[in-house]
Amino acid sequence: MAATLPATPYDPKKTMERSTPRGRPPARKHVAPWADKLFAVLTSGAAWLTLLLLVGIIVSLIFGAWPAIKQFGLGFLWSTEWDPVQEKFGGLVMIYGTLMTSFIALLIAVPVSFGIALFLTELSPGWLKRPLGIAIELLAAVPSIVYGMWGLLVFGPILAQYVQAPLQSAFGGVPFLGTLFSGPPVGIGILSAGIILAIMIIPFIAAVMRDVFDVTPPMLKESAYALGSTTWEVVSKVVLPYTKTGVIGGIMLGLGRALGETMAVTFVIGNFNQLDSLSLFQAANSITSALANEFAEAGAGLHQASLIYLGLVLFFITCVVLAFSKLLLAQLKKGEGKNT
Amino acid sequence: MFRQILRGAVAGSAALMVSGLALAQDVTGAGASFPAPIYAKWADAYNKASGARINYQSVGSGAGIKQIKSKTVDFGATDAPLTDEELAKDGLIQFPTVIGGVVPVVNIKGISPGQLKLTGAVLGDIYLGKITKWNDPAITALNPGVPLPDDAIAVVRRADGSGTSFLFTNYLSKVNAEWKSKVGEGTAVNWPTGAGGKGNEGVSAFVQRLPNSIGYVEYAYAKQNKMSYVQLKNKDGNYTKPDDETFKSAAAGADWSKSFYQVLTDQAGKDAWPITGATFILMHKTQDKPANATNALKFFEWAYASGDKSAEELDYVPLPAKVKDLTRKLWTDSLKDASGKAVAFK
Repeated sequence: MAATLPATPYDPKKTMERSTPRGRPPARKHVAPWADKLFAVLTSGAAWLTLLLLVGIIVSLIFGAWPAIKQFGLGFLWSTEWDPVQEKFGGLVMIYGTLMTSFIALLIAVPVSFGIALFLTELSPGWLKRPLGIAIELLAAVPSIVYGMWGLLVFGPILAQYVQAPLQSAFGGVPFLGTLFSGPPVGIGILSAGIILAIMIIPFIAAVMRDVFDVTPPMLKESAYALGSTTWEVVSKVVLPYTKTGVIGGIMLGLGRALGETMAVTFVIGNFNQLDSLSLFQAANSITSALANEFAEAGAGLHQASLIYLGLVLFFITCVVLAFSKLLLAQLKKGEGKNT
Repeated sequence: MFRQILRGAVAGSAALMVSGLALAQDVTGAGASFPAPIYAKWADAYNKASGARINYQSVGSGAGIKQIKSKTVDFGATDAPLTDEELAKDGLIQFPTVIGGVVPVVNIKGISPGQLKLTGAVLGDIYLGKITKWNDPAITALNPGVPLPDDAIAVVRRADGSGTSFLFTNYLSKVNAEWKSKVGEGTAVNWPTGAGGKGNEGVSAFVQRLPNSIGYVEYAYAKQNKMSYVQLKNKDGNYTKPDDETFKSAAAGADWSKSFYQVLTDQAGKDAWPITGATFILMHKTQDKPANATNALKFFEWAYASGDKSAEELDYVPLPAKVKDLTRKLWTDSLKDASGKAVAFK
C-alpha cells in the first residue's frame, strides 16, 4: 500500500478547495446489451464460417476424388498416363506443368517487379510516380482471357520467331540447355505459359512491393544516406530488411495467382498430356487447364474423379506454398539482428 | 383517380406474377455446344411463332447427359449418341436433330482449299505421330504434282472434351487399326502428339497461325474462315469434298430404322463425306411432367417441319425426311406420361 500513497500527506481540509463535480457523470446508456453480443457472434461467426467452408471444400474434394484415390492411390502423383478411353489416369504431367510454369513466372516476375518498385519509390522523378503506378495497377485489372488471346495470337508468333528459334540455334548442341530448348518452336508450350503468367503477376508483386517500400520510415533511409550509403546500399541494407515480410507476402500472392491461373494458360500451354521431353518449347498441360478443358465432357466415374483428384492436388500444393512462406518468414525473423 | 392507378398497378403486377409462373414452366434443355447456335435460332423463331419459350444451355455433351439423367432439364443434347443399352438403363430415348461434319484443315503455303487429298489411314498415321513430314512418301503418293514442303507437320487437335473429337477419333478408329488399339475413340482421348486448342475457335486459330499445321474443325468453322480443307477418301474409294450434299449422302447411307445409335462416320455411299455425324436429343421415356414434354416435342416437331432453312443458313444439314418420320414414330410409341398415356405433340 505504501507505494501507492500520494507524495504529499493527506490533508482533509484541502479537499474542500477542489471544485465539486456537478453530480455524477451521466451514466452511459446501455441501450441494447444484446447488440454487443450479436456483433461478437457475427464476427466470430464469419471467422468460423470461413474455416468451415475450407474444411467443407477439402471434404467434398476428397469425397469426389475418392474413386480415383481408391483406384490409383498415391501412384497418381507420378504416373504420366492420362487416357480417358482406357480410364487410366495419372497427374504428373499436369503437376509438372503447373509447377514449372509458375516457377518460370516467378523467375521472371520477381526481379522485374523489384525493379519496378525500386524505380517507383527511390529513383523516379516525382511527376512520373503517380501515372506510372496507376498504369501498373491497371495491368492487374486486365481479364486473364485477354492475356490468353493476346498470348496466342500476338505474343506466341513473336516468341517463336525472335526468341525460340535463336535460342535453339545458339544452344542446339549443348548437353542440358540443348534439351531444354529442343522441340518445335511454335510459340506455345511451357515457356510461353510461364512468360504470360509472369506478365500477369508482375503488377501484383510490383504493387505490393511498392507499397511496402513506401512505408519504410524516411528517417531510416535518410540516416543511411547521411552516412554515405549509395541508393543500392540503402535499398539492400535498410529498405529490404525492413520490408521483407511484405515483399515475401507479395511474391506469395503472385505465386498463388500463377498456380491458380486458368484461362490464359489454357490458351498458350498447348494442352498436351505427354511428358516425353523436358523441353520448354514442348506443349504441356497444367492442372487448372486440364480441369477447365475436360470437366464439362467428363462422364461420371473415374475421369471426373481423377479431375477432382487433380483439384485436390492443386489445393495441397497451394497449402504447401503458403506453409513454406510462413516458415521462411519465421526463419528470417529468427535471424534478425545477427548480421548488423 | 389515384385509386384507379393503384388498382391498375396491382392488376399489372398480378399479371406479371402469373406470367412469371408461366416462365417457370418453360422447356429447358442442356448439352452439346455444337448444335447450340441452331437450337438458339430455332428457339427464337419458335418463340415468335407460338409464344412458348425454350431455354437451351450449351454446357457440353457430357454435362447434358448428366443433367437429363438427374432430371434437372426436360431434354438433354449430345453429339455422341448413347448406345441402346445405355438408353435402356436410364429409361431414355434419343433422336437426331441436325447433321454436321468434321473437316480436316491444313495451313501449308501454296496449298489451296481441297487441293490436298488424304485417306483415313494416312490421317490416322499423322495423328499417331508416325508421319511427321509433309513430303512423306505416304502423302506424296496420294498427291502427285502437289508441291508439299519438306517440313515437320504441326498437329493440332481439340484440348477440351467434345463431340467433334468423338466423331474424328471414331472415324480414325474405323479406318486405322493402330489408332483403334492405341488410342481409341471418345470425346477426350490420350492424344499421342500435337498441341491442343480450346474449342473450334482455338483449333482454327492454331491452324491459321502455325505454318505446316493440320487440325480438324466443324464444317461451319472451316467454311466461314475459308480454311484449306482436305479431300478425304470415303468407303467407296472416292475423294469427296465436305459440303451439304456429301453430308446428306452419308446420312442417307445409314440404317436408322433399327436404332438411332448411328455414328455416320465412314459410311458407304458414292459421295458420302467420311466424318459426318448427327447431333442428338435425349428425353426420358416416362415423363413426370407431361406438359413440359408436350411443349418440347411441339418445339422439335416445329423444327422438323419448318426449321430446315435456318439450319442450312448456319451450315448445318437437315435430316432426311425418312429419318424425321422415324423420329415422329418414336415420339408416339415411346414417350409416355406416368399413367402410360402417350405424350401428345400435335
